[in-house]
Amino acid sequence: MSLHVVPRRVYYWIFTALMLGTALTVAAAFVDLSAATGVPGLNDVVMLAIAVAKAVLVVLFFMHVKYSGRLTALTVLSGVLFLVILLTITLSDYLTRGVL
Amino acid sequence: MREAHAAHEAHAALQHQFDTLEQQKEASTLGMWIFLVTEIMFFGGLFCAYLIHRRQAYEGFAEASFALDVGLGAFNTAVLIGSSLTMALAVWAAQVGRRKACFGLLLVTIALGSVFLGVKVIEYSHKFHEHHVPGPHFHWEGTYPEAAEVFYSLYFAMTGLHALHMVAGIGVLAALLWPAWKGRYSAAYHNPVELTGLYWHFVDIVWIFLFPLLYLIGRHH
Repeated sequence: MSLHVVPRRVYYWIFTALMLGTALTVAAAFVDLSAATGVPGLNDVVMLAIAVAKAVLVVLFFMHVKYSGRLTALTVLSGVLFLVILLTITLSDYLTRGVL
Repeated sequence: MREAHAAHEAHAALQHQFDTLEQQKEASTLGMWIFLVTEIMFFGGLFCAYLIHRRQAYEGFAEASFALDVGLGAFNTAVLIGSSLTMALAVWAAQVGRRKACFGLLLVTIALGSVFLGVKVIEYSHKFHEHHVPGPHFHWEGTYPEAAEVFYSLYFAMTGLHALHMVAGIGVLAALLWPAWKGRYSAAYHNPVELTGLYWHFVDIVWIFLFPLLYLIGRHH
């Protein structure tokens, strides 16, 4: 794995995308998307989807995972995977209490 | 062995347990990521607590969130994303051996981090004046005082822990200033800048999730 110098314009583009994402998430928060579409909790889904997209851009480009080896990518993915597993197990308890 | 020895002679930053600077960089990057995975778990527990309480007090959380200043929160988000840009550019400057640019960009990153913390101080002091800090003096004018106290407990725990990470990050960045000024970082060796960058971007990502979950959930009601 030799040195990979990411060109500066990549950083400027990612910065622009992150700022646009922030503007979009603030704008979307002031609209009641559930009332407009009939989908419950759509505001939460949209804001988290934008946050995940922003986080992926930061990890891939600012944190150089796109240009790093597979071992780094595997480490990052395993961390996220275990967070998802732990959240799922915990919430599967809380979300199903009183169901039976 | 001979190559390893030659490499030792070649660069003062190469530590004796590594054969090459490249191997040293890979090992330290992996180590930093392992640390960041533990940080994901650390913050993950707080996010999990947030999810559970929010589900149980959905309306109350929205009402409590409405009392936060979206303008200041959005401003701080922009400041932090800007500091991530200057951090990424500082790594670039180190890689291409631009000594003064690297020093300057690290300095700007520190400045932006300090602006973020300054705004946080303003927000916290507002909360103290409004008696929105959980504890014996907590006072809530709205419909859901209990849910609001839980929300602000999580608000102070999560933003407080995040701010603590910012303080640590600024400290580490400050420690890079002198070697950066002396021109110790180059294409061959810039691990400290690269790894500090990873940490700084991670703290940025935490805020990317904290901002909507704390500031934006009550706006559309």
